[in-house]
Amino acid sequence: MKLILEQMPVVIGALNTGFIQTLKLFFVTLLGAFPLGLLIAFGSMSRFKPLSLVTKLVVWVVRGTPLMIQLLIIYYFPGLVLNNPVWGGGEAGRFLAASVAFIINYACYFSEIYRGGIQGVPVGQEEAGLVLGMTRGQIFRKVKLLQMIKRIVPPMSNEIITLVKDTALARIIALQEIIFAGQSFLKGSHGISGAIWPLFFTAFYYLVFNGVLTLLLGRLEKKLDYFR
Amino acid sequence: MPVLEVENICKTFEDTDVLKSISLSLEKGQVLSIIGSSGSGKTTLLRCLNFLERPDAGVIRVNGETLFDAEAAGKTAGFPFSRRFGAQREADVRRRRLHFGLVFQSFNLFPQYTALENVMLARKLLAAGQPDYKARKKEILGQIREQAEELLDQMGLSNRMGNYPHQLSGGQCQRVAIARALALQPDILCFDEPTSALDPELTGEVLKVIRELADQNTTMIIVTHEMAFARDVANRVVFMDDGMVVEQGDPGEVFGNPREERTKQFLMRYSGA
Repeated sequence: MKLILEQMPVVIGALNTGFIQTLKLFFVTLLGAFPLGLLIAFGSMSRFKPLSLVTKLVVWVVRGTPLMIQLLIIYYFPGLVLNNPVWGGGEAGRFLAASVAFIINYACYFSEIYRGGIQGVPVGQEEAGLVLGMTRGQIFRKVKLLQMIKRIVPPMSNEIITLVKDTALARIIALQEIIFAGQSFLKGSHGISGAIWPLFFTAFYYLVFNGVLTLLLGRLEKKLDYFR
Repeated sequence: MPVLEVENICKTFEDTDVLKSISLSLEKGQVLSIIGSSGSGKTTLLRCLNFLERPDAGVIRVNGETLFDAEAAGKTAGFPFSRRFGAQREADVRRRRLHFGLVFQSFNLFPQYTALENVMLARKLLAAGQPDYKARKKEILGQIREQAEELLDQMGLSNRMGNYPHQLSGGQCQRVAIARALALQPDILCFDEPTSALDPELTGEVLKVIRELADQNTTMIIVTHEMAFARDVANRVVFMDDGMVVEQGDPGEVFGNPREERTKQFLMRYSGA
């Protein structure tokens, strides 16, 4: 116990650095996957059959295979198979590759949520807008958008909380996020080796961050509670 | 000159002929009731008038202006509902649509807006497109608000203006929907079974409002299953069956002394019930 207390400041420092990388990956993924998911949703709902078929195929593959394998393929395929290491070296390269993999993966999940939200707004809402002489743009912005958001928030909250924990998968390509940082004390780092507790302790970071997110998302859900 | 002339409107869904050459006309200030069993094409007819469906054939004229002509429209693909037509065309359809108002069976109020906002929304959006909007914004918005409050007052909802649709009863919702349609001052106000989604005790308050509108000479087309109401409020009654107008005329005649066998059978079923 005394040992752990002595190790604490060093470990916390390292874990904090790792967690910043975790948070970066989390926010970059959200920022990329929110708009890309909407594009994919429109693609899969397109009346142009080839587009909707291709989009559905992509969503099927991405949702049907492990994110870990997608990470490995996206990171290693260009360099090792095509001899064209597009990601560049070092931590920056790993972060770029991880971001691309996470954005594509989460955009596919988001697209299905968006699709549910868009198709869940009754046709009558659009028809009422049309009969009142609104343009399609006005109907989308003024009538349907908020109703969609209301429908989307609960399933989206679920995915967002899953994403926080999924960022740990980036460890597989040695991205120096919090799991990586915790694990480093096993092999030896900052003069500490053979310590397993820092790895266990990372769970606390996820838990606290998800607690904050749950509160914020719950508040958003409540804010949209004024209509049905 | 009639305010509305409909000539030989036809509409086919898949392999079903829903409308088989419907023709009718309506004078300003008159009320036309359309009766008939479910599936006879009444709703589709209203949807065609409001440009929610594109007729396969026929002509629609309002105040002598041809709003829709299937032959002319046939040359431009997709008119009027496809997303393929350009901005010009869509704007055109929107302008034509405004000759009509439509009150839906299921109200279709916008749930995120209060009763008052529901009534004001479309006019606010239209006003924002006017060239002098920026300069006179306050004045214009004031007028729109005043008009909306007046309409809701007329519907007996002056104490419900700030309520959201889910806080209102079905009858109140439908009255908000009527005010919303009236706000755009359509030439012809259409009702698609306005009381069919309501409990019997809420039907009366909606019918009362429609009756008041009729007394003010609002031009209306009412699709309804309320036979007594149709007979009472309408200047003319159309009986539709199987996509055709079987009989039309003075309500007293059609209800009291129907010429056609099918009309008799239909009315018998209703009076028997």
